[in-house]
Amino acid sequence: MKQQTAILHEKATLLRQKQVLLGHGSGGKLMHELIEKVFAAHLLPPDMEMLNDSSVFCVGESRLAITTDSYVVDPLFFPGGDIGKLAVNGTINDLAVSGARPLFMAAAFILEEGFAMDDLCRITLSMREACDQAGISIVTGDTKVVNRGKCDKVFINTTGIGIVDNAVKISSELAKPGDLVLINGDIAAHGMAILSAREELEFESSIVSDTAALDLLVKDMLSVSNEIHCMRDLTRGGLSSALNEIASCSKVGIRIFEDRIPIQDQVRGWCDVLGFDPLHVANEGKLIAIVMRDHAEAVLSNMKSNAQGRQSAIIGEVISEHPGRVIMKTNVGGHRIVDMLSGEQLPRIC
Amino acid sequence: MNLNAGFSRLEFRDPERARALRDKLAGLVNEIDDGVTIMHVCGSHEQSIAKFGLRSMLPERLNVIMGPGCPVCVTDLPEIDEAVLLAQNGATVATFGDMFAVPGSIKSLAEAKAQGADVRVVYSPQEALRLALETDKEVVFFASGFETTAVATAAAILSKPAGNFSVLSAHKYIPPVMEIIAEMPETRVQGFLAAGHAATITGWKLFERFVERHRIPVVVGGFEPLDILVALVKLTELVCDGNLSVFNAYPRCCTENGNLNAQKLLWEVFQSEGGTWRGIAHVPNGNLRLRGKYSFLDAHERFDMDLTSLLEESAPRLTQDCICGNIMAGIKTPSDCPLFGNECKPQNPVGACMVSSEGACKIWHEYGGHVIFGDEPGSIPESKQADCFTKPGC
Repeated sequence: MKQQTAILHEKATLLRQKQVLLGHGSGGKLMHELIEKVFAAHLLPPDMEMLNDSSVFCVGESRLAITTDSYVVDPLFFPGGDIGKLAVNGTINDLAVSGARPLFMAAAFILEEGFAMDDLCRITLSMREACDQAGISIVTGDTKVVNRGKCDKVFINTTGIGIVDNAVKISSELAKPGDLVLINGDIAAHGMAILSAREELEFESSIVSDTAALDLLVKDMLSVSNEIHCMRDLTRGGLSSALNEIASCSKVGIRIFEDRIPIQDQVRGWCDVLGFDPLHVANEGKLIAIVMRDHAEAVLSNMKSNAQGRQSAIIGEVISEHPGRVIMKTNVGGHRIVDMLSGEQLPRIC
Repeated sequence: MNLNAGFSRLEFRDPERARALRDKLAGLVNEIDDGVTIMHVCGSHEQSIAKFGLRSMLPERLNVIMGPGCPVCVTDLPEIDEAVLLAQNGATVATFGDMFAVPGSIKSLAEAKAQGADVRVVYSPQEALRLALETDKEVVFFASGFETTAVATAAAILSKPAGNFSVLSAHKYIPPVMEIIAEMPETRVQGFLAAGHAATITGWKLFERFVERHRIPVVVGGFEPLDILVALVKLTELVCDGNLSVFNAYPRCCTENGNLNAQKLLWEVFQSEGGTWRGIAHVPNGNLRLRGKYSFLDAHERFDMDLTSLLEESAPRLTQDCICGNIMAGIKTPSDCPLFGNECKPQNPVGACMVSSEGACKIWHEYGGHVIFGDEPGSIPESKQADCFTKPGC
């Protein structure tokens, strides 16, 4: 009886929104609800796991990983990058944090009639550069053009395939009490860089997006430890979403320490001014790793020797108390919950 | 790159001073047999208290409750309905992000937008003024906020806006509602923590009459964690000593008489009138309405708003079960509400308090409210890179 009521309640919750809201794309709770109750419910095979950045499957003796992502960032060009660089790096990172070595990529473009050819070439060149840096090739693609006003300039989808070493076992449900939480640098720069590039907000800063490919960093990390239990790249929804997903999948608690989380002064300052929690703000070149305690120092020093990990830090630990919850010891000495972003914070940041 | 781990270098977030204030507060409360109940009247205070986990540092018998301190939360349903109606009838409605998703009787502005209405989230009235210059459509700025924010709206009104610009004012004035709360028979409040930014406009002297009339001390406090802890220490001292006075614990911003220029702008454009604060009561002089001489910019005057057409759309939702009113009056806490965290969540809000980032329910849902996790020491290895963060260019 109780279960039935729960199901009815779930349906009611789903039906309460008659239309798709912008918040359904925020990377937070609304989006998870949409994926779980609509997409996964109808499309995901029952034996597949949800909520990892890529899906890993076997073909013969090989383990392959596949991922896909669409990019609708506004503006197309922003301090530190552009939609093309983002589209390549984002997909590489989704593969990398599953422990996969990225191999090939497909790219699809939806173009608005009237979009400047120069801008399109600039974006394409930027994609090429990002691919070259990561040693990955775009081997197939698709092009569509829609009437003026039916999309905003250009939307890009990229799909990536990678290969996973048989020894690698990384998944969001593998965090264990005692493990430590590592991050490869300062948070929230991408979201605030995008915001600073939006005309309507009129704030000037020198904040630059952190967009970067993390495949080489992950490769190095995997070479020093076979006890990296989970890895997530931090995109929309920020650090809080990634930690909450792991806490919930692994049925553990996670405690982080505010004074250990690297953040640039100006990023923190602008977050304060605009009322954003930096833990919710998007990143495009950051990952967290949940590592067995005894291996953490070795992984950390390895990360710091990598170009994408100079500011790496141990920011927290996995605990058995409060399963499914992330809590933070704040710098002034209090404790609070770190929840997933619940609505939309900033639309179209990636 | 100027990197800094966490918040360690900020003067008003200093952990050692925070610990000293926590210990002092514990000592003070210990001397009072029945404990102390303090009310603040500001969503930004609740945000800071929750976000920095301050409640977990307070002595158990010091009860800090939030009053009607969220202007969006106390906006009455018909006020939101009017904005929805205007948006559905072709006006561009510009409003602050907090107001965007607050449910009205039938729907929120966010839902109206998803159905095709033109609703824009703006960060300032100036942005709405610019929107009006870029279009021939009517642009209505749905203005919310207390006397702090109302000054910015007043400045916009006085800037000779475009002919297609108007203001739908849901601005509220905080001093009258403090009187209402103080007079409520259920009130347990022994001291008020007044909002530093509002007092920066009005000046702290404004509260002297209130203290005299209701015999409850008032301390004006800022919003950084140390500001709040200092204000709580001072307020607890006043309560302990039975000292009925106003104390300014935010002297770096707030003065005795406040910002006279801002007050001049405010009262040039607005007049106070009685109005319903959602869930609380009719508050005499609680609403800020455009004066007659600016009626040509008042959306109420410019448009004929027949709300019955909207109410015919569908039946109201669960809003009648929501206890937002009692929460804002400080009689109940969010966790007393059966809807809290169940039917009512930030992604599916029932009451306004679950929508606005200044609403008590949203804040408690996000940061944990009264849930206290203890003060176990952390057991992660000492940070070896601490030096690196303080060296620019590292």
